[in-house]
Amino acid sequence: MSETKALRITNKVKGLSHLLTINRRKGTLLMIFSALFFFTGIILMSLFIGDERLATNFDAKNLPPSFMNPFGTDWLGRDMFARTMKGLSLSIFIGLIASCASVLVALLLGLTAALMGKVVDSIISWFIDLFLGVPHLVALILISFTLGGGVKGVIIGVAVTHWPSLARVIRAEVMQLRSAEFVLVSRQMGKGPWWIATHHILPHLIPQLLVGFVLLFPHAILHEAAITFLGFGLSPHQPAIGIILSESMKYLATGLWWLAFFPGLCLLIIVRAFDMLGDNLRLLIDPHNAHD
Amino acid sequence: MPFCDLKLKIFFFRYGKGPWILEDYDLELKSGEVVGLSGPSGIGKSTLARILAGYVLPYKGSVRLQGKDLPRKGFNPVQLVFQHPEKAVNPRWQLEKTLNEGWTPDEELLESLGIEKAWLKRWPNELSGGELQRFCVARALSPATRFLIADEMTTMLDAITQAQLWHAVLERAEKNNMAVLVISHDGPLLERLCHRIIDFTRTNH
Repeated sequence: MSETKALRITNKVKGLSHLLTINRRKGTLLMIFSALFFFTGIILMSLFIGDERLATNFDAKNLPPSFMNPFGTDWLGRDMFARTMKGLSLSIFIGLIASCASVLVALLLGLTAALMGKVVDSIISWFIDLFLGVPHLVALILISFTLGGGVKGVIIGVAVTHWPSLARVIRAEVMQLRSAEFVLVSRQMGKGPWWIATHHILPHLIPQLLVGFVLLFPHAILHEAAITFLGFGLSPHQPAIGIILSESMKYLATGLWWLAFFPGLCLLIIVRAFDMLGDNLRLLIDPHNAHD
Repeated sequence: MPFCDLKLKIFFFRYGKGPWILEDYDLELKSGEVVGLSGPSGIGKSTLARILAGYVLPYKGSVRLQGKDLPRKGFNPVQLVFQHPEKAVNPRWQLEKTLNEGWTPDEELLESLGIEKAWLKRWPNELSGGELQRFCVARALSPATRFLIADEMTTMLDAITQAQLWHAVLERAEKNNMAVLVISHDGPLLERLCHRIIDFTRTNH
């Protein structure tokens, strides 16, 4: 009697633990959703925070973090939480556009280099070497400055400086795939070059593109913050992370630590969350991990 | 199925600037015959297979199907099956797609090759080499295939699977009046399968 009862209890525990255990695939999905939730949270927050929260208010200047102002206020009495959220959503926007553009450029040039013959390949390879040889930040500052700064300058600057290493990876991958046996067989099966490119080659490039995109995104955000910090990027009235950080530098010595700490921490968390998102997405779409 | 013949005439072949591999070589295959090709490693058997199936062009010489060059577009009537099936299927495709790439194999063929329904939804890394090779064979055995070049097709399979695969292939070859060129190191296998055997060492030089 007591034995069956014990058995029933163990069965119940087993069922419960089965419900609660998270296998790799579930864990991966959970990570992806929490990262996405985080991003949409920031973007929604910045949409709901009206511009009046950014207004100067000299009655409440230099306040340390409190319930009303979670990130404190600055020397003009502006709410740092509102500024940080606005800045981050601008950063995410710039990062997404710039890294999408970079990935597209890399895909296009990588494919052309690998498929259009030797002359085109050596020209593109020369360009890749040229762009890799110039430090990102220098090229970025020059381009952004020439285009007159602002959001447009930063986006174009990041997009045209970050493609070379990804383009080189894609070129190598396509060259290898081109001579793979399953591609050769496909040609003998009567498939045309366009069909082979979209059905055989592209599925192999998607993980590369995804990883490339994910690695570019934090780069883009950090470079946007960096050139804004240096004064070549966004204009000072825009609530960008780079602006916030560079302005707060002047007040750090006077003890207003929260001006730099919270925005910096948020930037770090975003970059890390995006990294995680990319890693987990890659695991999810790889057939070798389909049953983990 | 109409009668077909495939004539190979090679004067020279080499990869890049490497040494000459095949010199002065003739081979003829006729519909309905099963021909064996044996010879030591490195003598150029696989190169010959690749030339026959149109994967590479002879440096000087020709492969003629019914007196014409092999078609450059569309389904190639000369199909080659490789030794390593892992490399010949796309690792990012479910096997159903690989199987139906050139044509849609009938149930009868799948059954005779021992391909199970459940495998169709699997990824290549979930099947063994022998199981994958069945897909590669099925893929190549279209009615449009007039010549099948089997380059060490069953070398890595056990005797029972070998017998099953060859049984299915020869049955289909007879039905479609197809010619089969069996390239192998396995003398007894060739003697069992083939109408005539070419010893590559002797004919080549």
